[in-house]
This record gives sequence, structure tokens and C-alpha cells, in this order.
Amino acid sequence: MEKIYLLIVLAPLFGAIIAGFFGGKIGRAGAHWVASAGVGLSTLLSIYVLSRFISGEAEVYNETVYTWMISDGIRMEIGFLVDQLTALMICVVTFVSFCVHIYTIGYIADDEHNWPKESLAGRNSYQRFFSYISLFTFSMLMLVMANNFMQLFFGWEAVGLVSYLLIGFWSVRETAIFANMKAFLVNRVGDFGFILGIAALAMYFNSLDYAEVFAAAPAHADTQISILGDTSWSLMSVICILLFIGAMGKSAQVPLHVWLPDSMEGPTPISALIHAATMVTAGIFMVARMSPLYELSETALSFVLIIGATTAFFTGLIGIVQNDIKRVVAYSTLSQLGYMMVALGVSAYAAGIFHLMTHAFFKALLFLAAGSVIIGMHHDQDIRNMGGIRKYMPWTYWTSLVGSLALIGFPGFSGFFSKDAIIEAVHHSQIAGSSYAYYAVLIGVFVTALYSFRMFFLVFHGEGPRDEHAKEHLHESPKVVWIPLVFLAIPSVVIGYMTMDPILFGDWFKGVLHVLPEHDTLAALGEGIHGPNSMIAHGFMGPALYLALAGVFVAWFVYMKKPSLAHEIKTRFDFVYLILDKKYYFDELYQFLFAGGSRGIGKLLWNVGDKGIIDELIINGSARTVGRFADLARNVQSGYLFHYAMAMIVGLLLLLTWFVIF
Amino acid sequence: MFADLPILSLTIWLPIIGGILVLASGDKTANATRWTALVVAVLTFIVSLPLYSSFDPSTAQMQFVERAPWIPLFSIEYYLGVDGISMPLIILTTFITVFVIIAGWEVIQYKPSHYMAAFLIMEGVMVGVFSALDAMLFYVFWEAMLIPMFLIIGVWGGPNRVYATIKFFLYTFFGSVFMLVALIYMYFQSGSFDILGFHDLKLDLTEQILIFVAFLMAFAVKVPMWPVHTWLPDAHVEAPTGGSVILAAIMLKIGGYGFLRFSLPITPDASNHLDWLIITMSLIAVVYIGFVALVQQDMKKLIAYSSIAHMGFVTLGFFIAFMILGNQNATSGAVLGIEGGMVQMVSHGFISAAMFLCVGVLYDRLHSRQINDYGGVINTMPVFGGFMVFFAMANAGLPGTSGFVGEFMVILASFRADFWFAFLAATTLIIGAAYTLWMVKRVIFGKVANDKVAALEDINRRELLVLGSLALAVLVLGVWPAPLVEVMDVSITNLLKHIAVSKL
Repeated sequence: MEKIYLLIVLAPLFGAIIAGFFGGKIGRAGAHWVASAGVGLSTLLSIYVLSRFISGEAEVYNETVYTWMISDGIRMEIGFLVDQLTALMICVVTFVSFCVHIYTIGYIADDEHNWPKESLAGRNSYQRFFSYISLFTFSMLMLVMANNFMQLFFGWEAVGLVSYLLIGFWSVRETAIFANMKAFLVNRVGDFGFILGIAALAMYFNSLDYAEVFAAAPAHADTQISILGDTSWSLMSVICILLFIGAMGKSAQVPLHVWLPDSMEGPTPISALIHAATMVTAGIFMVARMSPLYELSETALSFVLIIGATTAFFTGLIGIVQNDIKRVVAYSTLSQLGYMMVALGVSAYAAGIFHLMTHAFFKALLFLAAGSVIIGMHHDQDIRNMGGIRKYMPWTYWTSLVGSLALIGFPGFSGFFSKDAIIEAVHHSQIAGSSYAYYAVLIGVFVTALYSFRMFFLVFHGEGPRDEHAKEHLHESPKVVWIPLVFLAIPSVVIGYMTMDPILFGDWFKGVLHVLPEHDTLAALGEGIHGPNSMIAHGFMGPALYLALAGVFVAWFVYMKKPSLAHEIKTRFDFVYLILDKKYYFDELYQFLFAGGSRGIGKLLWNVGDKGIIDELIINGSARTVGRFADLARNVQSGYLFHYAMAMIVGLLLLLTWFVIF
Repeated sequence: MFADLPILSLTIWLPIIGGILVLASGDKTANATRWTALVVAVLTFIVSLPLYSSFDPSTAQMQFVERAPWIPLFSIEYYLGVDGISMPLIILTTFITVFVIIAGWEVIQYKPSHYMAAFLIMEGVMVGVFSALDAMLFYVFWEAMLIPMFLIIGVWGGPNRVYATIKFFLYTFFGSVFMLVALIYMYFQSGSFDILGFHDLKLDLTEQILIFVAFLMAFAVKVPMWPVHTWLPDAHVEAPTGGSVILAAIMLKIGGYGFLRFSLPITPDASNHLDWLIITMSLIAVVYIGFVALVQQDMKKLIAYSSIAHMGFVTLGFFIAFMILGNQNATSGAVLGIEGGMVQMVSHGFISAAMFLCVGVLYDRLHSRQINDYGGVINTMPVFGGFMVFFAMANAGLPGTSGFVGEFMVILASFRADFWFAFLAATTLIIGAAYTLWMVKRVIFGKVANDKVAALEDINRRELLVLGSLALAVLVLGVWPAPLVEVMDVSITNLLKHIAVSKL
């Protein structure tokens, strides 16, 4: 099996290297073939691995590939841990990535238009794009297959790097290169916590290996450490919260969420792949992977829960007032990531991973569909200019409908099972903050349905595009674009129904995700549910479904039936509207506080500290002092005989006085 | 098969004699001169390779030892040898010098023979510093190093070069005088200048502290540590590209090397006593200098400040050892910190060299180092832009590049000393990325800023070779640092055993 695992990881890397370094030689077709073939191979092998786990043939694999280094008794290695969680993740990653590769062939085909004519940076941009998305796939696979924290951090930062490169792919656009720097730096704030968490683990466990750390963790359950003065902290809480700060950066949780909406400056395929389906879920994956640690700290779990619930609800609200088609989906992603975090916070790790999976399919689908609309609209992304696109783009329309229904949790669709499981799990939880989280995720369902269908109606229904010129050119996207939509639409419908039982209530994650009996909210939920049909029946009895339907109805009524109403609400509640439109002023605050603040500190330290005190006062000052003494000394040596004679006499007198007195 | 050859002497004297020959050959046949210099540099690199390949990593003893009387009257010896601490730095020196020679190929039109000769002679002298085991020999090499660098900045430097050279010279000279006094004092105590003999010399705490402070003056200036760092930005800004590269990649390392060879083993109790001072200075270097780097308008100044911040990790890694040894909760970690500092030195050698070469590439074309004069360079120089982004990421400590390894090790180790050390050190993840990427954004990305940028030509083969080789080194060390860590492991473990025993 080792060869298969290596191949899964290295095939995309190979594609990335060939497409990246030899893109000019092998041409466009060569590049997309080699990249897609690499990822395609990974996909097939991943499905094979998963199928072996399903059939029970495969065993958990945990081996070293090579030793990165050994220092001070800590072995740092590159190695793979492949268990049920990994098998599921690699399938999701490679499958979505493969769909995105195919889609990209159509999407990026006329990329020349995005570059100034004389710019050499735009040369071979097509090949470079494929190189980047393959490199991303490699990095993401390294992350999810890691068996130790060092490699996890490597994958963690490597996906961040590719995200940086891809958000800023159109490097001539000022907004894009601002957004990619912002994304990288905000992620670095998270990584700052993450690396401290790893350092804490390394100190107390003297190992970075998952298995060793997990085995030793219970022994440290009651360890207290002091960080600030004499106050003592639970070691596990400190470690888990530090690690979670990393997850907050990568998975864009409040207050480190600000980079994700801006990341929409990148080309749409990568919004689907990186900023919806895979990279941003790395934080979810990480917390689930670390479940043996998180289970030991209710403080950390509560923290995760409250941050997740806040993200889920408040970023969803912003989605309602966005007019850029991609930004609506981006805020929806933020909100859904919050849902996943909520699941982790109530120890329903399986539900979090389950939602991660269903979300990967339907959110990638929604993004790619949005991209298809954007192609049709000639890169106009304002939904107010759209409308009636249903007639022109049937494939995009129907797949979008599937994606939207899955997103709002319509019974039977994949999102229904995962989202309902999360809401119910929170309902069963006793942990601090769970009642706040419950209402946040419950009302969040209404919000989700509202913004999803607001966008859906505005884009696809109603009167045709405003611009007559745009209307004339509107037609369905090419096959390479809509076929991946269909590929993704299928699992968006069925995957929940098919896999709910084993993942949520069965023993798929047994031995992989650790849940203490008193935290086991899913087991409590599972008592009343027998199979997916019973889950659907159960759904009809809870409030979530009706809230979702209400959201769709309100969206239809306000934006289709009585469009004047939307305007009226906006003017009447303009205060609320302004706050939402400004995204709670996070960007302004951060820009002032951190960007401006650190530049201010830098200027102060430089001008006062370096130039003022050290250089002027001490260095040049001492040089001047030497100079002044030299000047004085020079005066004495005037060269006039009478000066010297005078000095002698004064000296003699002084000496004599000295001898006389003493 | 190499055991019989005096490899260290060859590595020292081959470039020095080669340099004198190059100097003698004059500028009439400039091209031949350049080729001769290159051949000498490459040969020196090849000659130095057995130091790695025949190195025995299982012992902390000095290897490749050469010992002969030099000035018997004062029992000064010509005594050379390397261990796992000095050997990687020698290879780094011979490696980087090759690229400095290539980088100055077309750029230096004024007295190229003098230029090449200065670098070759300096190479030999620097190898001498790393391999000298006699304190007087060390001191001679140490001071000799100043002269070529003084000339390089003074002759081929920028408009404000006189101020910069004087500042550079006085700063470093000021520091080393105190070191000389300390060395002579220890000579009177021990009767020889044998550095390894100094290691076992019994000294009481007052003596140790005085000696420690004397060494600190010399080494802190070289590293440079805050607050004696202000010569570095000036020297870098005025130095020609090659000078900056040698300065950042190797000369700064000599300060770090000094701490390991002299301060820690000779004055362990004073080091233990004053470690808070060094740690504070290091952390200030990381944080304070990081902020200062953020607001620089001159690319070279920015990278110079970034160098100071990165070297802060080196001294931090070296001096947290005592705190870790004193911390009951930490089972180990002192070795991790010192090895991290060493890896950081080697890695910084590659990355800072590459960063300065990148600025040099731009400077050669536009004759400006101001960030504001650039913008959208990637539109005309895509290959160069790729390199610059890569090295910037390495500078920001991205895993997979060498920049990550040392920082990671030092952060891991400093957590064992104190949470807040790790906390402050880890801020480099944010600040380091901020100043580096902000520069990249303003210089490389965006629309073409002006006509001059529009007329830029991408890097030629010579530049591609230089940047490509360094990129490879950065990548290999980042993906597989084990070979480097292995060779130094025993020496550093031994050093730690030595300093754990009090001399009092």
C-alpha cells in the first residue's frame, strides 16, 4: 500500500512540476493533460483506498516515508497516517480537485484577456494555473495524510502559499494583490497560535508524532501550567486553544475571517477548490484529527463552539446584503464553516466531517456554477444586473438549484442530513455555550435559505439581464464547464442519504475520532434515528426545515413578488443595512489598528530608536565628543612659543603649590 | 585518501594566493582575470568538499587538525581544525563565494581584478576564522577580514560609502579590541593561546563576566545584535551587491560562531548568569527590528533589518540553553535551540545572499533601490519575479524552505525556556511575512509602474545560474535538513555537556 499512498501524493506534484517548469514547451493541452492526469490518477487511487476501507480489507497505515531530522531526541518525520478519516478526506480532495481541473480547461481558456497585452507575466498563464492547482492538491494531500505535527504544519503553510499565489494570480490587479497579501498575513496570525501549540506539544510530549502524543495525552489531562504569574491553566486547554487559533485562520472563523471574502479576487475555480471545498476545511479536519486532545478540555470545546456559532450566524447575515455573486457564496462558506466548527465544539466530530464532505460537493458546485454564470455574463459579477438566466443556461440553472437545495438543507439532499445532525447534536449538548450555539445555528438556517434563494432568484428568475448586449451573447457554457457541474451535483444529492448511517451513527470513525461517553451527542441523537428515511421523518418534526422553507418563501416574496419591498426594507432599516454592508467594520478596524498601527510603531522605533537614540546620540554623539576633545587639544598645540612657555610656568607653579601644601 | 592532505590550509591559502595572482594579473585582460577568479573560487569549493564528505559525525573531536609552531616565543601556533560547528560554515563560505564572483562578472567594470582579488582573499581569511584553533591566529584572521570588506565598500560602494565604511570599521574594531584584551588575559592564565585549552581554563565568576562582556562586545557587533546593529543597514546600502552578500551570508555568522566557540564554553557560568541579557537583546532584535524593517523604503535596508531580526533567532537559540536546563518541566531541548541557531545561520546564509542578489539584479538595471521606483516588475521580468517570490517566502520562513527549519527549532526550544520567549519569537511569523510580502507586492506585483520598469529585461543565464543554485540549496535544506543536523549533532551535544558543568 505504501507505493499507492506515495503515488497519490506525488502524482499531482509531478503534474505541477511539469506544467510549471515546462509549460512553455508542452503547450496548453500538454499542461492540462499532465495536470489532470496526475490528479485523475490520485482520484482513482483514493477511491480505491476508500473502497478497501469500506470493504474492511484495509488496515490503518501509519509509517514513516523519510526522517526529516532528529534533534534532541525529537524525531521529525515525513510520514503517512491513512485511516478512515484520511481515506474520506483524500477522496473528497482529489475528486473535487479533479472536477475543478476539468472545469478550468474551459474557464481559463481565454485568460489572455485578463492581462495587459505587453505583460510577460501573462505568458503561459494557462499552464501556470494548472501547475498551481496541482501543487495545491499535493499540499492538501500532504496535510490530510500527515502522521505528525511537523508535516501537518508543512501542508498547512503550503496550501496557504498556493492560496496566496492563486488569489493573486492576476497579479496586475491591485485588488488581487492586496487580497492575497491580506489572506497570507491573516493566516499567519492563525499560524502564530498554531506553532505555539505545536511547541507546547513538543515540550510536554517530547514528540511530534500523532500516535505518541495521543497515547500520552490522557496522562496530561490534569496537568496545570502557569503562563502569566501564578494563575494556573490546564495544559490541554492551552494546547487546544493555541492549535484552534491556527484553525481559526485557515478556516476563516471570526475574528480571523476577513481574508476569505477578499480571496474571491482569485479566479473562480480556485474559489471552489481552495476557498470552499478543501483548504478552508483544513481547520475542521485538524480539530477532528486532534479529537483525543480536544476531548480532554471542555474549555477548548466551548471556545470552539462559541467561535463557530458566532461565525455561522453573523457572517450568514452579511450574505443577505452582498451583490457580488461570488461574495454571496463566500459568506455562505464562512457561515457553513461555522456550522462545522459548532459540530466539533459539541464533540460531534463525525457530524463536522460529514458536513465538511457534503459541503465540499455542493459548495464547489455552487461556486463553479457561479463561475459558469460569470462566463455567460462576460465577467460581470453583480447579481443586480442578472436575471432570467434560467432560459439561457439550463445546465447551470438545474445544477445550481441542486446546490442551493443542498445548502439550505432540503430534505433528502446531502446538506439536509449533515446540517440537521449538527443542529440536533447541539440540542443534545450540555457544554457551556450550547444554548447560544443552538439558537445561532437554528436561526442561521433561515438566514442561509434567505441569502441562497435571494441570489438564486435574482440570477436565474425574473426579467432577463439588464444589459441588452449581455443578453444577446448569453448562452450555456461549454461542455468542459457544465459536465463537472453534473459530476458535483450527483453527490450533492445522494451522498448524504448513502453515507449518513455509517458516518454519523455507525462505526466508520470508531477508533479514529475519540469521543468521551459524556460528550457523545451523536449517540444520544442516534437513539431515535434508524436510517436516512427516519432522519428525514425526524426532520419534519423539528423547526429547522420550516425555517428553511420560510427563508425561501421570504426570498421569493421580497425579491420576486414585490421587489419594491426590498428597497423599502433597506431604507427603513438603513442602520442595520449599513452595518451589514460594512461587514461590522472589521476591515476598517483592522486596517487602522494593525496595518496602520504596526507602520506607526515601525516608524517610531526607526526614527526615535535607531536614528535618534542609537545613531545620533550614541554613535555620532560619541564621535562628536571625540572631535570636541580633539578640538580642545588642538588649541593647546598652537605652535606659539609664548603659549608653551606660559604653560610651563603655570605647570611649575601648580607643582610647587602641590608640594608646598602637602 | 584526503586524510593526508592539509585540506584546511588549502582552503585558506588557495583563494588567498589565487587572489594575489588575480590582483597581479591586472585589468588589461579583464576577462581572463574573471575566469581565473572563478576557477580559483570553484577549485576552493571543491577542495573544501572533503571536509563534509570525509567528516566523521560521530565524534566531537577536532578533525582535519594541522598544528605547527608559529611564534614560539609567545607559544602562538598555526593550529587549525574543525568540528561540526565550524565545518558547515566553511562549506557555506566556499559555496557562496563562487556565486559572488559570478554575480560581479559584468557588473563590476571598475578595476575588476581588484574586486575579484578582494573577495578571494576575504574567502581565505574567513575560512581561517572558522578553522583557527589558536586564539592569536583567530584574532589575526578576524581583523584581517575587515580590510578587504573595508576596501570593497570604500571602493565599489555607493555615494555615502565613506561614512558607511568608517562606521563599519570603527564599530567592529571597537568590539574586537576588548576581545583581544580577553584573549591576552587568558594567555597569561593558561600559558598558551590554545582555544580548546581556554575551554578547560578555571576562571572565577568575576573573571568570567569580564571576559564574557569583552567577547560580547566583539560578537554582538558582528552578529549584529540590537542595539549595536546600526552599522549594518548603512554598510549594506553602500556596499556593492557582492559585498552585501558576503557581509550578510558569512560575516554575520562569525559573530554567532564566536558565541559557540568562545563565550559559551570558556565562560559558561557568566553565560548562565547573563543569559537574560542576551535573550532580551535577541527578542528585541526579532520584534523591534521587525517593525523597523516594515517601514523601510530602501530594499537593501529592508533586507538588512530583516537579517538582524533573523540573526536574533540565532542568539536566542544559543542562550536559551541555560533556562531550559534550569526548567524542571522540560526534559530536554537545549540541543534543539543551539542546533536551531546553527541551522538558521546556514539557512540565512543562502536566503540573505539570494535576497541581496535579487536586489542587485534590479539595481544593475535601474540603479535604484527605492521600493517606490518599482512596481509590476513581474510584467517584464517573470522569471526573476518567480525567484523573488520564492526567496521572499523563504525569508518569511515558509515550511519546505530552509528559512523554516531554524526558526521552527528555535521556537520549539524557546517554549521550553519560557512561554513568552516563544510568543515573542513567533511574532516573526506575522511581522516577517508582513515586511517581506509587502515589499514583494510593491516591487514585483501590480501594473507596470513607469517606463523604466517597462524597459526591464529578464534575468540572463548568468543570473539564472546564481539564483537557481541558491534556490535549490534553500529547497533541499528545507525539505531534508537531516544531513546538516547530523554533522553538528555530536559537537553540539558535547558543547552542551561541557557548559552544563560549572567552572566555579
